[in-house]
Amino acid sequence: MTTADTAAAPRARGPLALARRVVLYAALTLAALLILVPFLWMVSASLKRNNDVFTIPIQWIPKEFQWGNFTEIWTRVPLATYLGNTLFLSLVITFLQVLTGSFAAYGFAKVRFRGRDTLFLLYIATIAVPWQAYMIPQYIMMQKAELTDTFWSLILIQAFGAFGVFLMRQYYLTIPDELCEAARVDGLSEYGIWARIMLPLSKPALASLALLTFVNTWNDYMGPFIYLTSNDLWTIQLGLRSFVGQYDADYAMMMTGSALSVLPIMIIFLLGQRHFIQGVASSGMKG
Amino acid sequence: MADLLTATPATASAAPSPRARDRRRARRNTLIGWSFILPNFLGFAVLTLVPMLAAFALSFMEWDSYNPPEWVGLDNFQRLLDDESTKIALRNTAYYALGHVPLTMLAALGLALLLNRKIAGVGFFRAAAFFPYITSLVAVAIVWNMLFNPEFGPVNQFLQFVGVDNPPGWTTSTTWAMPAVILTSVWRDMGYYMILFLAGLQAIPVEQYEAAKVDGASTWQRFRAVTLPGLRPVTFLVLVLLTVQSFKVFDLIVVMTDGGPGRATLVLSQQIYRRGIIEGEFGYASAISLVLFLVVLVFTLAQFWFNNRRERR
Repeated sequence: MTTADTAAAPRARGPLALARRVVLYAALTLAALLILVPFLWMVSASLKRNNDVFTIPIQWIPKEFQWGNFTEIWTRVPLATYLGNTLFLSLVITFLQVLTGSFAAYGFAKVRFRGRDTLFLLYIATIAVPWQAYMIPQYIMMQKAELTDTFWSLILIQAFGAFGVFLMRQYYLTIPDELCEAARVDGLSEYGIWARIMLPLSKPALASLALLTFVNTWNDYMGPFIYLTSNDLWTIQLGLRSFVGQYDADYAMMMTGSALSVLPIMIIFLLGQRHFIQGVASSGMKG
Repeated sequence: MADLLTATPATASAAPSPRARDRRRARRNTLIGWSFILPNFLGFAVLTLVPMLAAFALSFMEWDSYNPPEWVGLDNFQRLLDDESTKIALRNTAYYALGHVPLTMLAALGLALLLNRKIAGVGFFRAAAFFPYITSLVAVAIVWNMLFNPEFGPVNQFLQFVGVDNPPGWTTSTTWAMPAVILTSVWRDMGYYMILFLAGLQAIPVEQYEAAKVDGASTWQRFRAVTLPGLRPVTFLVLVLLTVQSFKVFDLIVVMTDGGPGRATLVLSQQIYRRGIIEGEFGYASAISLVLFLVVLVFTLAQFWFNNRRERR
């Protein structure tokens, strides 16, 4: 990355430097292995026969690979429904959050009006309030509106978060005002500036926000846990949890299900790694 | 074309203009500004602000959603003091925070120091450290529950291998369930805070290191004199975020131990959920949530105050 990197790793040549390098890589590899061990174990167990999951000593590579686990699980639980529900919720919530968040962020960053900063402070202040502190009234409201046990409840609760506004505003502040000025002189309306100048320029921030929101919604457990009671509305997280409750000794299947729930996130992460890390580094905040 | 001119936000108006025009422009800007903010604000106000205020009011009421709410003053808080399981939940939450905050911070700082260099493959190692943070909690909890299996789990097999004769029962033991949860959450969260520390490290100017080197400072001295002071703002941010996060802990515990065994890992958020949403005691549950909020607020303010004082010195 930038400046301090070079300071932390002085460039020296010779056998001492080489030895240092070897030690460093050994330490890094060990740390990475320690961190990734649970995933390796998960994948390994998901490809075993159930009886081989817990053995002494641990069998890291399955004796014979049970690829069948990955087809069998679809017949045991309505995994396709769960995955479909989760995908739907994640897409809708991400879309709304990115849209309303970046729209509001433009108002906060590029339009000057009285009360703007106070309003923004209100947004920021609520980020610090734990959701648990107001989930009860929220639940009562949803109950009165008869929206519990529908996707509406989750979409409404999660799509208008302050986090998206905050993240996008941070980015818009780095875009020079002169650019908007010039566009105004050229006759673009404020909405035109947002759509044709700010949105294209803020692609990295949009990507960060979209990815973080998508992954958060995909992984969310508490929201669906509180609001969704009908089995056919369940998300993958609820389905996985209930699967564990039902077949609590079926270790290989549990790991197969877990691996399948992590897989989409892993693919997204591998594709958009940079944006995740950028998003976290630039915001330093998360819901 | 006059329309176009008035559409210009007040920022550009350096030239003096008649007051009426200024006012019209300000009103226009207010309208435009609000039109941008409104779609998000409507959802935000109805679903975040209103419930927040309602939670505050509810904590002084008794309400089961069938009978009309009744003002009961501080009764809910009185009850809170006598409620054994709420006290246990408060104690357990504090225990969790005491373990989770310092351990995650140390692990994240260690990782950041290790990974703050320009070497081949560093991107991979950073990604590996960050990945646990974005994997689903349910999968994480299931996997770690199996890793912590007292008889056959890899953790205890390893402990026995290094000579621990009587390894702990982890999630099956009242003493060790909380440490198991803490270890899992440290593993999951350290990559996130590592990113924040990395950003902090990279904000320290190289010149400071070079100056220290010219002065003959050793690696350790440079760390003490340059790195640590330079990291103070980000350390403060991490501390606040971690504390808040710790007091909110909810889903990991629900999935990993569900508060058990017994009430060994019951935490405040769970208590709010059980009393409020399961048992329908909205007033009492809101009182507990107000306590949770106040605890978080006090810690945040205390850290702000402490940080300001240190900065002034």
